[in-house]
Amino acid sequence: MESCDVLVVGGGNAGLSAAITAREAGASVMLLEHAPRAFRGGNSRHTRNLRLMHQSPTATLTGSYSSSDYWRDLLSVTHGKTDEHLARMTIDSTAELLPWMHAHGARFQPALEGTLSLSRTNAFFLGGGKALMNAYYSAAKRLGISIAYDTEVRSLCLVNGVVREVSTAKNGASDSVRPKTVVVSSGGFQANIDWLREYWGDAARNFIVRGTPYAQGVVLKNLLDQGAAPVGDPTQCHAVAVDARAPKFDGGIVSRLDCIPFSIVVDRAGRRFYDEGEDIWPKRYAIWGRLVAQCPEQIAYAITDAKSEKLFMPSAFPPIRAESIGELAQKLGVDAAGLETTMRNFNQAVRPGKFDSGVLDDCRTEGIAPPKTHWARPIDVPPFIGYPLRPGITFTYLGLKVNQNARVLMQDERPSANLFAAGEIMAGNILGEGYIAGIGMAIGAVFGRIAGREAAKVALG
Amino acid sequence: MLSAEIEERSRRFVEICNACRYCEGYCAVFPAIELRRQFTSGDLSYLANLCHDCRGCYYSCQYAPPHEFALNLPKAFADVRLETYELCAWPRPLAALFRRNGLAASVLALLCVVLFVWLAKPSSPSAVQQSAGAFYAVIPEGVMIAITGATFLFAVLSLAIGAIRFWRDTNSPSAFDAPSFLAAFSDVFTLRNLGGGGDGCNNKDETFSQSRRYFHHALFYGFLFCFASTCTAAIYEHIFGWISPYPFFSVPVLLGTLGGIAMLIGIAGLVQIKLTADSAPASKLLLDVDYSFLVLLFVAGATGLLLLAMRSTAAMGALLAVHLGVIVSLFLMLPYCKFVHGIYRAAALLRYAAEHPRRAKNLAAATEGVPLDPLR
Repeated sequence: MESCDVLVVGGGNAGLSAAITAREAGASVMLLEHAPRAFRGGNSRHTRNLRLMHQSPTATLTGSYSSSDYWRDLLSVTHGKTDEHLARMTIDSTAELLPWMHAHGARFQPALEGTLSLSRTNAFFLGGGKALMNAYYSAAKRLGISIAYDTEVRSLCLVNGVVREVSTAKNGASDSVRPKTVVVSSGGFQANIDWLREYWGDAARNFIVRGTPYAQGVVLKNLLDQGAAPVGDPTQCHAVAVDARAPKFDGGIVSRLDCIPFSIVVDRAGRRFYDEGEDIWPKRYAIWGRLVAQCPEQIAYAITDAKSEKLFMPSAFPPIRAESIGELAQKLGVDAAGLETTMRNFNQAVRPGKFDSGVLDDCRTEGIAPPKTHWARPIDVPPFIGYPLRPGITFTYLGLKVNQNARVLMQDERPSANLFAAGEIMAGNILGEGYIAGIGMAIGAVFGRIAGREAAKVALG
Repeated sequence: MLSAEIEERSRRFVEICNACRYCEGYCAVFPAIELRRQFTSGDLSYLANLCHDCRGCYYSCQYAPPHEFALNLPKAFADVRLETYELCAWPRPLAALFRRNGLAASVLALLCVVLFVWLAKPSSPSAVQQSAGAFYAVIPEGVMIAITGATFLFAVLSLAIGAIRFWRDTNSPSAFDAPSFLAAFSDVFTLRNLGGGGDGCNNKDETFSQSRRYFHHALFYGFLFCFASTCTAAIYEHIFGWISPYPFFSVPVLLGTLGGIAMLIGIAGLVQIKLTADSAPASKLLLDVDYSFLVLLFVAGATGLLLLAMRSTAAMGALLAVHLGVIVSLFLMLPYCKFVHGIYRAAALLRYAAEHPRRAKNLAAATEGVPLDPLR
């Protein structure tokens, strides 16, 4: 049976931030990663940036982004479902992240030019999240952190809020570790379809999991079962509409579709069901996962025409093209008569207006339900193009309640003596609803460092 | 036209890259992809030749094998490059040499060496060595100039036709301005895009290293020094009438010596990197082409240095014949070996600079002594 000062469960952004911090504080650290080396890094390997507060421009961030602006943005998406104390502390701590990340090999895109790199609120990783994970794993190796891949944690033995032993499995062989302290950073349960079915029924079978298949929620469930306090609505998840042709797991960024505001979206019968032009896309994209999940067989189709094709980012999958609506319906597997009727009614309902993809313009429909309130233009220039859509689940909100030292709280509000949590597994403390880009990585980095620091402190006495 | 399988694979990969864009900051390839929605065969050739094979994108790719997308841009682009070299080769039948590159270079070098050994006068070198005209006593001046001159001009002509074909086949713009030219020139001489993120290439694994850049610089600048040495010698001989061999402390000999040593160091380093590199993002077919060019250059440099070291001994005549034979074979091989990568890469960089005027300017400004990131 092995032992160590700090055992980190899960090797994504939060886990590595914790492991590196604890090791640099002098603790012996072991990191267990469920995935094989090639897929290490959890959902962090699919990320692109993190949201940082900063007072003045940096090499990677333009302008300034104050603590209060950041707080306001968070408040607007969570509708108050957030722990203000933890949230404000997290926001303030993001100001210290860039130098720490740089020192451990992180590289960012310079704020020069290009579609992604120039940002006031978010710093973009050069090469994306996997490059960041590579840098952190290299740093961890250099520091002498013991890393075990393909190693799943099955359970933690919790006695009076103290972790006594951690049971693991590697290639079917069981083992256990007796660490002085434990940091759990093993994510949510969004890849556990059976668990999702408890809330979503059989519809969950048709969900596409955008990130890692290893986020099974085993550690989360195990700790909740032993009296750890939960946080976040267990029935809720963040889901967007993704290309139905995406892989079941790990499709990441390239399966996202930004075409909805410039399309009509129909179900299998060819009927529209929601206002595609309700608001600017970054504000509304997250509702479409749920909308598609409510469609028969959890599939929908975005349909537009040649004049709109270049208004949105391309998907990794080429659109399905056809010279007529009937032909497109046939290729997509949509009821042709239904779609032709919908299209005719929609085109007739479009009122003249001045089209502008950048603002809430005045191109709208009249006399149809549901209406399309912006960017409504007749779909009449062949080739017509279509994309099949599925609900793509990004993460779940259910997590472990923690205090400002990242200590896991038990149901009686008592903090655990040696159990800490960081990353998606506790993000629900701060992000109880909604999403803003780069907040997950910010929470992971801040709480990873806190958990690593505190765990090392406890372990080293 | 690229072969269907290779073209389709690289198109599929590039479409995924265009939806992802995480690698945007690594090099010129990704901004060039972002300008497009659909990728013709010519576009793919252009992008493949813009790629410097630093492999940064491969190791940072969330879709690299064993992911089901199996995205491997460096390998796919290497396969496209090899086909580009063949498609642009002139005369066309000689394109076949790319598929038997090591064999072709060896046989050609051997034939040329035999030719020069046969041409060499069996005079007594000890009597003439070191004095002016010693080399011509071994190989008559007219013969030497005729053969080296003719083969060199053939190489220049063939390379020029290749460059025009590349420009035309990739539908590159018909005009470019001076700033574009300067930006491309600076890209070539600094290898800015080789590990454009600033930390260098990935050779063995996820870790970065500048070694490939430094060894390539040694080889590239060494080659230019050797070329400058030859040009200076030609000027000495034909304008000033100073007949070779020249003393060690003369411009041609110093340039040639420095250049030759730099080349040997650069080649040894590059070969070592290739031998120990991760083979997953490499194209096996192109690797043969890489090695044969490096070995041919190494032999050219080594025989040149050996000739210099031993020119006052009885071996001078034989060494001169061997060196000239190797040089002539190198000239003949230039349009059918890895040397062409420099031509097409430079052309692709010129097109890139022309298509991205603002970026070219920003990058030039950003690298003028100002670190890209003050936090570093």
